[in-house]
Amino acid sequence: MTVSTLRPGSDPVNLTLLITTSATMLDIASANELPHVRIRASVPGPLIDVPELLRFRDLLWTLADRDLRVRYKQTALGVIWVVLQPLMSSLIFAFVFGVIAGMPSDGKPYLLFAFAGMTAWNTFANVLTRVSGSLVSNAQMLSKIYFPRLILPVSAAISALVDSAISLGLMLVMMGFYRAWPGWGIVLLPVWLVILVVLALGLGLMAASWIVRYRDVTHIIPVVLQLGLFISPVAWSLANPNLSEKFRWILRLNPLCSLIEAIRWSLLGEGDLALPALAYSIAVAAGVFWMGVMVFKKQERSFADVI
Amino acid sequence: MSSNDLAVSARGLSKSYLISHNSNGPTTLREAIVERVKHPFGVNGQQRETFWALNDVDFDIGQGESVGIIGRNGAGKSTLLKILSRITYPTRGVVDIYGRVASLLEVGTGFHGELTGRENITLNGSILGMSRREIKNKFDEIVAFAEVENFLDTPVKRYSSGMYVRLAFAVAAHLDPQILIVDEVLAVGDFAFQKKCLGKMQEVSGAGRTVLFVSHNMATVVQLCNRALLFRRGGLALDGDSESVVQAYITEGQTKQEDILDFADTRRQHNVNGRARLISARLNSEDKVGPWAISYGTPVSLELQFVVKRPVPLFEFGIALCSASCAEFGSSLSRDVVAPSTVEPGEYLCEIAFPTLKLCTGSYYFDLGIRSDRGMEDYLLQAIHFEVLPNAESAEAMIHQRRGQMIPEVSYSIRELQPQSGAQAGAAGAVPG
Repeated sequence: MTVSTLRPGSDPVNLTLLITTSATMLDIASANELPHVRIRASVPGPLIDVPELLRFRDLLWTLADRDLRVRYKQTALGVIWVVLQPLMSSLIFAFVFGVIAGMPSDGKPYLLFAFAGMTAWNTFANVLTRVSGSLVSNAQMLSKIYFPRLILPVSAAISALVDSAISLGLMLVMMGFYRAWPGWGIVLLPVWLVILVVLALGLGLMAASWIVRYRDVTHIIPVVLQLGLFISPVAWSLANPNLSEKFRWILRLNPLCSLIEAIRWSLLGEGDLALPALAYSIAVAAGVFWMGVMVFKKQERSFADVI
Repeated sequence: MSSNDLAVSARGLSKSYLISHNSNGPTTLREAIVERVKHPFGVNGQQRETFWALNDVDFDIGQGESVGIIGRNGAGKSTLLKILSRITYPTRGVVDIYGRVASLLEVGTGFHGELTGRENITLNGSILGMSRREIKNKFDEIVAFAEVENFLDTPVKRYSSGMYVRLAFAVAAHLDPQILIVDEVLAVGDFAFQKKCLGKMQEVSGAGRTVLFVSHNMATVVQLCNRALLFRRGGLALDGDSESVVQAYITEGQTKQEDILDFADTRRQHNVNGRARLISARLNSEDKVGPWAISYGTPVSLELQFVVKRPVPLFEFGIALCSASCAEFGSSLSRDVVAPSTVEPGEYLCEIAFPTLKLCTGSYYFDLGIRSDRGMEDYLLQAIHFEVLPNAESAEAMIHQRRGQMIPEVSYSIRELQPQSGAQAGAAGAVPG
């Protein structure tokens, strides 16, 4: 099962790790030919080494599973916190913005409106926060054992997405309660979410790589997120008649703006679905993700030396 | 050696780190930005030096070899292991590795205190590279090895440190790799468990697996490995059979010309209290051939200088005699002669003599320690190396034909069973006299 194409003497260009194993690592022991790894100084070729990631998929799930288990250990309410947190913030928003300030909510119950926005926002914020901290919080692993470094941020993102899924489930329950049935737009919901997550992951990968060198970034992220929460249409709607069209376009420069509106549109059938703005968000998300992977890739090999 | 028999092959392996001499170099983003603005193209205006942790190292290790890697702290051993386990990458050079590598650079990596023993086995197993199926198959074996059956569903933060280490090592020990890289893991756990770990490692190397073993415990290196690599300041200084390499390593710090051996730079065992500390030693035998060599038949005598910083209750000395392969074959505690008592602060000189000890010719080591009410105050493994040289007396005693390390003091008395007419044939006396 193992075909080694490289022996000392032959020298492929820029090929740092040559693992020609295709099956699980378990089977190797029985094979006569041994997997061959060449370790050298130059930077390897592929931006994302998918086969290598697949070989370590067990680790990916185990780490995500660990994050989930650990997060609510020694809490009385346990996993209920996953829904309680966004629900409480939505109630506060509903009270402050909906009841006191009387802000419009696209004609839907304000709680539903706020919870839809909050679910989208939390997905972004949680993925970004967890991914950015994933390297430093596993510093011991990084400096003791080998695995594709991308496993850590990806598993952090997965564990954050589990929270989002639960939150989304609660959203559907609440919609049932308010008898607010979604339209055909719901089928596009996964698309918006994927773009949102790609954007968060890209930013998270950059932040994670920088935090390894400069812990300052850890302190900047909550501030940026706090700002982001207010300039994104979570508590307010882009359709708010008080906003001038010019100001709307300024708000749309925030790539999250049209994404959150689109998510709300998919869930509640109301909201702003501006296609040029969405195209812009998709382009930004793709660009940020590509940059994130580049930054991560470039720094990856020095993580253990610097962390 | 054909490439098929190779496990590890390193060529020109080097790794450098940049060391910044400027203590107020940028450690925060702001400082870095300010520095960068001030010196947009410079190297941040600070002095940097390239430090070669590993410099141009070549070696080949065959399948099934067990190789000890020794050297002082900072010699490059850990850097080498980190490169071999793909945690860090070389600056120059190439390593080819054939076979699945498992590295135990530190047991318990990835253990999470909040998780139960059961959960941590799965977690740690995957982190170390086992598939879920593999973990499932070996689960019972791991639990039995670690002896934690009754605490499987307890969070490991409530484990005793011994249980924790046992569980961590048990997972790692069941990795089943072709190449096992081990760094000092045997320094943990109680004695019985250490023995168990050693047995497991012997089993691994006995099964034809390659073992790379870094340790400061020379006895273990000689016991486990048939070959050793000695590193000195980033370079490979010596490569040979483990016994001779270990001996070269131990004697390198002990210059043959110096009469007094200073312990300031000697590596201490890490769990010492340090209220009392050994300073230096001198071989004090009357018939010294060199500063650290005596002639066969001469009683061994040592002069030890030590300092006591704070009063030490139940103070006592311990000294162990080890063979060339660092195996301990005899020890003495001062309680054997005088009861331990409190020693007040000050500098002291102690003479330790072995008036009747007769060592065979060869190399020996002393381990030295100071014990107290709190355990060890100071503990130096292979602190002193000395030689017993042959002479006419040893030739007469046919020492070179004998096995073992010492000639015990024995008396022989021979009597004929049916005495004839008052004449008594026999001999009585101590050998050696």
